[in-house]
Formats: sequence, C-alpha cells, structure tokens
Amino acid sequence: MLLNIEKLKIEAKGEEGWTPILHGVDLRVDRGEVVGLIGESGAGKSTLGLAAMGFAQPGLRFSGGHVRFDGTDLLTIPERQRRAFRGRRVAYVAQSAAASFNPAWRLIEQFCEGPEIHHTADRAASEAFAHELYAKMHLPDPEHFGLRFPHQVSGGQLQRAMVAMAMACKPDLIVFDEPTTALDVTTQIGVLAAIRQAVEATGAAGIYITHDLAVVAQMADRIKVMRHGREVEEAPTQQMMQAPTQAYTRSLWAVRDFRRPVRAVDRAATPTLRIKGITAGYAQHNVLNSVSFDIPRGATVAVVGESGSGKSTTARVITGLLSPSAGVVELDGQILPPRLAQRSPDQLRKVQMIYQMADTALNPRQTIRQILSRPLQFYRGLTGRARDVRLHELMEQIELTPDTFLDRLPGELSGGQKQRIGIARALAADPDFIICDEVTSALDQLVAEGILRLLSRLQDETGVSYMIITHDIATVRAIADDVVVMKNGQVMDRGQQAEVLDPPRHAYTRELLASVPQLDPDWLRRRIAEGVE
Amino acid sequence: MTRLAKLLRTMPPTAVFGLIVIVIYLVVALSAPLFAPHGQAEIVGAQFEPWGEVYALGTDALGRDMLSRLIWGARNTVGVALATTAIAFSLGAVAGLLAAALGGFVDLVLSRAVDVMMAVPPLILTLLALSALGPGVLNLILVVALLDSTRVFRLARATAMNVMVMDYVEAAQLRGEGTRWIILREVLPNISAPLIAEFGLRFCFVFLTISALSFLGLGLPPPMADWGAMVRDNAALITFGDITPLLPAACIAVLTISVNFVIDWMLHRASGLKE
Amino acid sequence: MSGAPAGQRHPLLRMIAARLGIGVFTLFVISTLIFLAISLLPGDIAQQVLGQSATPETVAAFRRELGLDQPLFWRYLDWIGGVLHGDFGQSLANGRPVAALLAARLGNTMFLAAYAALIAVPLAVTLGLLSALWRGRMFDRITNVLTLSAISLPEFLIAYILMFLLAVRMGWFPSIADPGASPGFGEMLNRTFLPAITLVLVVTAHMMRMTRAAVVNVMGNPYVTMARLKGASRWRVVTRHALPNALAPIVNVVALNIAWLITGVVIVEVVFVYPGLGQLMVDSVTNRDIPVVQACALIFAAVYILLNLLADVVAIAANPRLLHPR
Repeated sequence: MLLNIEKLKIEAKGEEGWTPILHGVDLRVDRGEVVGLIGESGAGKSTLGLAAMGFAQPGLRFSGGHVRFDGTDLLTIPERQRRAFRGRRVAYVAQSAAASFNPAWRLIEQFCEGPEIHHTADRAASEAFAHELYAKMHLPDPEHFGLRFPHQVSGGQLQRAMVAMAMACKPDLIVFDEPTTALDVTTQIGVLAAIRQAVEATGAAGIYITHDLAVVAQMADRIKVMRHGREVEEAPTQQMMQAPTQAYTRSLWAVRDFRRPVRAVDRAATPTLRIKGITAGYAQHNVLNSVSFDIPRGATVAVVGESGSGKSTTARVITGLLSPSAGVVELDGQILPPRLAQRSPDQLRKVQMIYQMADTALNPRQTIRQILSRPLQFYRGLTGRARDVRLHELMEQIELTPDTFLDRLPGELSGGQKQRIGIARALAADPDFIICDEVTSALDQLVAEGILRLLSRLQDETGVSYMIITHDIATVRAIADDVVVMKNGQVMDRGQQAEVLDPPRHAYTRELLASVPQLDPDWLRRRIAEGVE
Repeated sequence: MTRLAKLLRTMPPTAVFGLIVIVIYLVVALSAPLFAPHGQAEIVGAQFEPWGEVYALGTDALGRDMLSRLIWGARNTVGVALATTAIAFSLGAVAGLLAAALGGFVDLVLSRAVDVMMAVPPLILTLLALSALGPGVLNLILVVALLDSTRVFRLARATAMNVMVMDYVEAAQLRGEGTRWIILREVLPNISAPLIAEFGLRFCFVFLTISALSFLGLGLPPPMADWGAMVRDNAALITFGDITPLLPAACIAVLTISVNFVIDWMLHRASGLKE
Repeated sequence: MSGAPAGQRHPLLRMIAARLGIGVFTLFVISTLIFLAISLLPGDIAQQVLGQSATPETVAAFRRELGLDQPLFWRYLDWIGGVLHGDFGQSLANGRPVAALLAARLGNTMFLAAYAALIAVPLAVTLGLLSALWRGRMFDRITNVLTLSAISLPEFLIAYILMFLLAVRMGWFPSIADPGASPGFGEMLNRTFLPAITLVLVVTAHMMRMTRAAVVNVMGNPYVTMARLKGASRWRVVTRHALPNALAPIVNVVALNIAWLITGVVIVEVVFVYPGLGQLMVDSVTNRDIPVVQACALIFAAVYILLNLLADVVAIAANPRLLHPR
C-alpha cells in the first residue's frame, strides 16, 4: 500500500480556540490507483489531500492519527525529512494554475526546480523530460513552450503545464485538487484528457479531489464521499455510481435529474423584454455584437455561454449600467432609456437582479428586515403594519421562517439562505422580469437544486419572467423554456429548449454539449478515442 | 456587557496598558486646573530650580513650575492635536467617500490633487506653508490638518472603492438610490472599522508633527505650555546631565506608544477575523 | 514571446516614459506651488518684511527688487529660469545670494542623509525579511513592539536620549555635530555619528515594518505554498520565490521612507546644531526669509520626487508581466 491515512484528525484555529474539521478519517491508496474524493464545500477534502503530503495550511494543525507514506509516518518525522517526500514522492496540482505558478519564473525553470531540489535528474535530462511531457499534453511547440512566463500562457495550457510540473520527479502519488474547476467546459475536457493520459503513461497513483460527480467518475478507480470532515462511504467507481448505499450519496446523485415540466409559453404576445441589435463594450473593444433575443411573458430564458461570451455584459446593458453603442432594449414594448439615471422608478422596479455571490449581494451590516424593507418602502411606500405583512409574505414565499430570520445579519445565514434572501429582495419590488446571474454556481448541488425549484415555483405563482445567465448545461435543461447560446459576444443560436439542444442545432452548441462530462465512467475514454486534445 | 468583558479579557497586555494610559491622559487634560499647582504662565521661582518639595520637577528657563506646565501641556498639546486630527479626518473622509462614490471627474481631480500634495514630504510643505502664512495656532491647525487629510483621503477612498464594487451597492444603484443613501447606508457602515483605526494612526502622526513643529519653534505661541516647545526651551540642561527636558518628550512618547498599541491590536483583530 | 511589431514600442518603455512624464509634471506643479507660496499671500510681503515703519518709497523699491510689480506668470518664468541656472535669488535676511548659502550646507546634509541611509536601508530590509520569515514567533513579536515604540517616539526625544547617554554620560561622541573646517573622512563619521544613528533608528523602524508587510503579503500567495509542496526549504522559498516578487514593493518602501529621512534630517540638524539645509530652512521659516525657504523646499521636494521616480522605474522594470509581454 502506497498511502495509508488512519484516523486523521485536523483542527482549525478560530476565535474560540481550535475546532476539529477532520474527525478521524481513513484513506488508502494503492500503487497506480486513483482515488476520487468528492463532497460539498467544507467537507474537508482539500485538507485531506494536503495531509497526504504531510502538509497543513496555515491556521490548521494535525491533532491525531497517522499519514503513512510507503511505510513512513509523515507526521512524526522532522520537517526536513518531510521535504524529501514533497515534490519527489508525492506531488500536488492546485486548482488555480494562474496563482500557483511563480509569476517571476519561466515555466521550464519551475519544472526543473523539483529535480534540482531532490537531485533526481540533471538539468539537461529534466528539460528533455519536460519537452516530452509538454508534447504528451498537446502543448504547442513543446521545445520552446517552457521558455514562456505564466502570464503568457492561456488558462487551460497553464493547468496542463502544472500537471507536467507535478510529474517532473516521477512521483509515486499526485494530489489533484480540483484541477479543472476554474476552467470552461470546452477547455476542461482537454485538461482532463491530458491528466488521464499522463497518469496512465507514468503509472503514478492519484488522489482526485472534486465536487463534480461526472468528473470524478472519469478519473477515479475508487470514490470516497465526504461530508463535514467525515467519510460518508467508499466504493469502487462503478458500484458507487450505480448503487450508493448512503442516503446522502443518493441525494447527491439525484440532483442531476431535476426537470421542470414543459410549459406552454405564449410567444405571440408582446414579450416582457426584447433586445434588439445590441452592440456594446468598453473603450474601443466591443464585447457584444448585435445581440438580439426576446424574453416571452412568464417564460424562463437561459443565456448560456463560456467566460467571455458576453452574457454578463448583456445583463449590464439591460439593467442600464452600460450604455450600448447601438441597439435598444424594450420593456413591455416600450423602449428603455439606455442609462440607469434616465429610467423612471417604475422602470427600475420592473427589472430586478439576483447575483451569483450571495455573500457580496447582501450588505453585511444590514439585517434581513432592513434589506427587504427598503425596496418595499422605496417603490411602494409601504411602512408600518402593511410593510410587516408583506415582509412575512415574502419570507414565506422563499420558505424561511420570518420570526427566526428577519432580525439576523446576512453573516448568520448559510449560502443557500442568503441566496433566498436575494430572491426575496428582487420579489419585494413586484418585478416583471428578473435577471438571475449564475445564481446557483457558487452553491453546493443540493442547495442549488433547492434554489432552482424555488425559482420555478415562484414563476408559476407570480408569472414573472426570468433571464437565467449560466455556464451550466444541467441548469439550462432543468428550468429553461427558451435557450440563447452565446460565444464571443454573439448569439450563436436561440429558440425553444428542445429545438436548440435536442439534438444540438448549432455546431458550437454541439461542441459545448459534447464537452460536458457525463456520469458514464467511459465517457472520457470515448471522447479521447474520438480525438479530443 | 458580557461582550465587553470578554473583549477586555482577550486584550493583550500592551493594549490594556495603552487604554489605561489614554484614559489617564484624557482625565489630566480635561481637569488640568485641578491638578496643576500653578498656572502655565506663572513665574514662581528662580530659573532652573532643581527637583524638590516646593517644585516637584523644578522650574524652567523662566522660573515657571515644570510640573504645572507639563499638566497644562497635556491640555494644550493634546487638545490642538485632537482638533487638527478631527478636521483632517472629516475633510479626508468626506472627500474620499465622495471620490469613491461619484467616480469620474470628481475622483480624478481630487486624486490628482492629493497625489501632488503627497509627492513631497509633509514636513517640508508644512514649513513652506507656515513661512508663507506666518505663525499662529489657527494656521498651524489648518495647515497640518489639510496636509494630513490627504492620507485619510487615500484610505477612505481605497476602502470605499472596495465596497463600491460589491453587488449590494450595485443592487442599491439599480434600485435607484441616490449618492447620499449609498454613502451613508451602504458604504460607511462597512468601512467604519478601518476608519476608526485610521483616526488613531492619524492622531499619533498629527501629534508628533505638531510636537516637532513646536520643538522647531513653530508651534503654539508662548507662554502657552506645549511639550515640544518645553523640550526646546530647556534643552541646554541635557548637556549638564539633567534629564528634566526629556520629561515632556516622554509624555509625548508614552501617549503615542499607547495609542499605537491599541490600534495595533484593533487592526490585528480586524485582520484576524477576516481570515 | 514574439518580438513586438515594428513601430510599436515595448510596453515597458511606454510605462517608464509615462511615469517619467508624471514625475516631471509633479515637479512642475510643486515648483509652482512653492513659487505661489510667496505670491498669493494675504497682505504684502514687502511691507511685512520691512515692517510698518518703512516709507512707501522703500516698500515700492523693495517690491521692484523682488519683481513683485511684474505679472505673476513672468515672475514664475523668471524664478524657475534662475533656479535652473542655479540662481535662487537673494536672502531677505542678509541679502546674500541664496545659492551661496545653500552650497555650503547642501553637502553637509547629503553626507548625513547618505550616512544614515547606507546603514538604515540594509538593516531595515534584512530585519523586515527576518520578521516576515519568522512571522508570529518571538523575534517578530519583539521587533513589532520595539519598532512600534520607535515610530511613536518624537525624533527629538531619540536624539536627546542618545546625546544624553553617549555624549554626556559616556563622552564617546561630541554632543554638537559641528564638522568645522574640512575634517578628515573618519573624523567626519565620528562627529556626525549621533545625528546619523538617530536617523537610522527613526527610518529603520518605519522601513522595517513596511518591508515586513510587503514580504508577508507576497508570502500569502499560492505559488509560495506550491514551492513548499515541491519540497523547497523555507530559506529557498523566501529567497528564490518570495524575494523576486517582493523586490518591487520593497524598493517602493525604501523610496517612501526617504520622507522620514528628510523629516528626521530637519529635526536632527536642529538638535545637534549641524550646519545643514534643514537647520537653514527652519531658521528661515522663523525669520520668514522666503527665498531661502523656497530654495530649501524645492531641493527637498525634488530629491524626494526623483528618488520615488527612480523607485517606480525600478519596480516597473522588475515586473515580469511588463518585462515579458504576451
């Protein structure tokens, strides 16, 4: 057995002293085997991954258990000896390659640092090995790629370079800590393929940490599910995907099945919002190029695209934060003034927004009561008793107990609860139209599903129209009536969900869908066989 | 009350020491006439009398009671420094908040003006301005306050900018809220902690600047007791091995050290909670 | 990595040119401010200098002598043109050319400042690095309390304490730093030791705290953690990974702290009766000898602006993103 972690306990330093965050977790990895660690945020999976290197982040400490690497307990040997393991026997691939490469060093220097520290190869040999790995990972011009600085390389390439760097000393084990989470799906698939091929070629064992079921299904031989610093269950991948034994695991698996029933949308009526030929941007650079689409009354339109596609910029134009250089936005058939300051209070009221990060969307110094009261008073002039009645109604609509929550500060709420308050604040204005900007992407899957169900129910009750900005195809399938596919500031395709997605009508939509990992553990193998780079 | 007790219990000894000293200074400054045996301008004996029963800390170059002048000095020096800090702080904070909230042209003009003022060591600009305007308490306060407000401006603007990019501010803007609501309700409550710490830091800086100017003979006009000037007036004694002239300087140092200890703890606490 | 297309200059050069432009502009604005200090005063400077007893004729003559009857713009050009030729006008106090007054003292002040800087800069940067490296340990906590105390002390208190201990009590150094008539280099070092070491204490405390903060900031980056996970020793992490990235902030810290050096110089020169620019400036402020004050302010300001400009250029040049554009 290569790695044997037993009864590992780790504590975090807080205001009240040390509190446990890992409560005696076991983890075994055999040679050549990849173990997937999966769980929601706060499950302790990254902490466990770093512990495999005998490392605890600043502010954390080991408080019990063993980390035996090839027979040596990394927790009992002096730091100096631990260093001999790190990089040499067990290497690390971080989530953000852009932050984890030293900006002042060329990539090849960073690649060769490990072999230099551990004396595993001379300079010429490690450079040759780097070129070999770069080529294997389909990096452009492998002989000269390493001469670049990190900022001169794209995100996907940088992440591959980091995988290559982890292999520089031919380690026995590599810890992959969410290596593709920050990437777009069409970029992610290439990196996944590179990791898969490299691991197979070198025979290194791996610990693959992620919150994405479909990804872990591709990469791992065995999967361990974690929650709140404890193990939920562990099983070989096939078995875990098909027959999880624990209720928590089953609930995670079930999230992806949420589908809203197909509804009748009246596309003949005047749409709630119509975007006509919008071109907009910053300085001389156009981010949007004649973008047009409709939001039919009472419908949910998903605007889907990768980073840089212009979907958030579209939202800024609609809300009036950015004036377009051409085109107009119509609300209920009336042209909206381009600038926020020119819009009437009633126009402002009708268009509301819900944000991705509930943490930054609510003022941490205002109570929930203050946050929700303001729009009631501002738009409707509600005060006193009438306002309290409406406050209670709103809280019940978002399924939070008014008396428990109204006088709390946002900091005392969970992520999902905060997002619900964000929804209530939008509802408080009695809007016709709500922009939901990646409202579920910062949330854990179970919580995210709850939010999507809530949004659907509220639409059924109030008839409000939604524009859902997302990069996640699963979200689109779950609740969208219509879909707008964007890329590089242009609309690639738009129409009813089934027309656009089933089967994908536009070539880009096809690429997008084909890049989204599937739960089928053979999906990546098939895609590689089809020639993904 | 329990929260306060807990806070006091978790304070490091340096901060406790600092708080106690600050309170003592405030009491002495507020009730100087009660504590001081003599008036600040009163000539009570021969010059440079030694320490003894009559004059606890001796007399100065003009025969005024040293102890009394030290006590009056607390009122004068701390009072002028507090007034200056208050002006500098209000000016800098208001301008900084406005620059952050309004952005655009207002921000550009204010920021460039501050850049220019900060491109020169403040003491040099102060000396220049005082030579042009002439001496006097009012000139002193205004010049030091204006120059010091540049630092407050920088901090207020930077921290307010960090808040301005938050989604909850955008939400308020989209709702149609005016600048006043955004500054007072959305931004200010979220930057109060760093601003309070900054007030302490600015006080120390202003206090030292004014003391330095007094020491250089450009501070409060005589016969007002003023710690910086008291050092200068009696400095000759040092070469005779008498440390009396260092007492007013020590009074300055003890207060600034105390304030810094308290601020250091506050800043440490604020950053610790964020992690 | 491909070379920049012809006609488009390297962004590094563009940045440096822009920074130089801002520096020159700042110097211009500051010189205007310094010039205006005399011109926009409430009341008449000539009347104030000559006193209430002066006859209108003498006041008018004096105004002509100062050029106060000329339009403002011409007076500025006249003044700045003179300055650029080394002519700062005449002292109001004794009628001697300001340039001659300055010449004797400028060297003294530069000597003292350089003496202090050569000790303070390496000392502060090293100590700042060490306390960042040993963050939270005993060394860091002790230096934190010591430097916090040091920056809380008035400069003149440090100066007098040193004078009291090392000159009056021990008699190791002269309590008055008078260089006298051309002493040897060693003798000069000895005579100016007390003022120099006072400056070192003041500047080191500030510079060290800011250096520590800059390094701690860099040490918080994920690439520093990554280096540790590659098995690099603590020493290697700091010297090879953190330092190259902390260079730019440290250079800026050093330049910023020249402000403390200049402030300190003024006070220390007064305490130790050292014939330098600072003492001259304070005396002239007291006498309201405005041409001398203007000249001193201009020199101090120019030195500070130029040093900060230099630091910015170094910091820009040390940035890999600018050095190696896409």
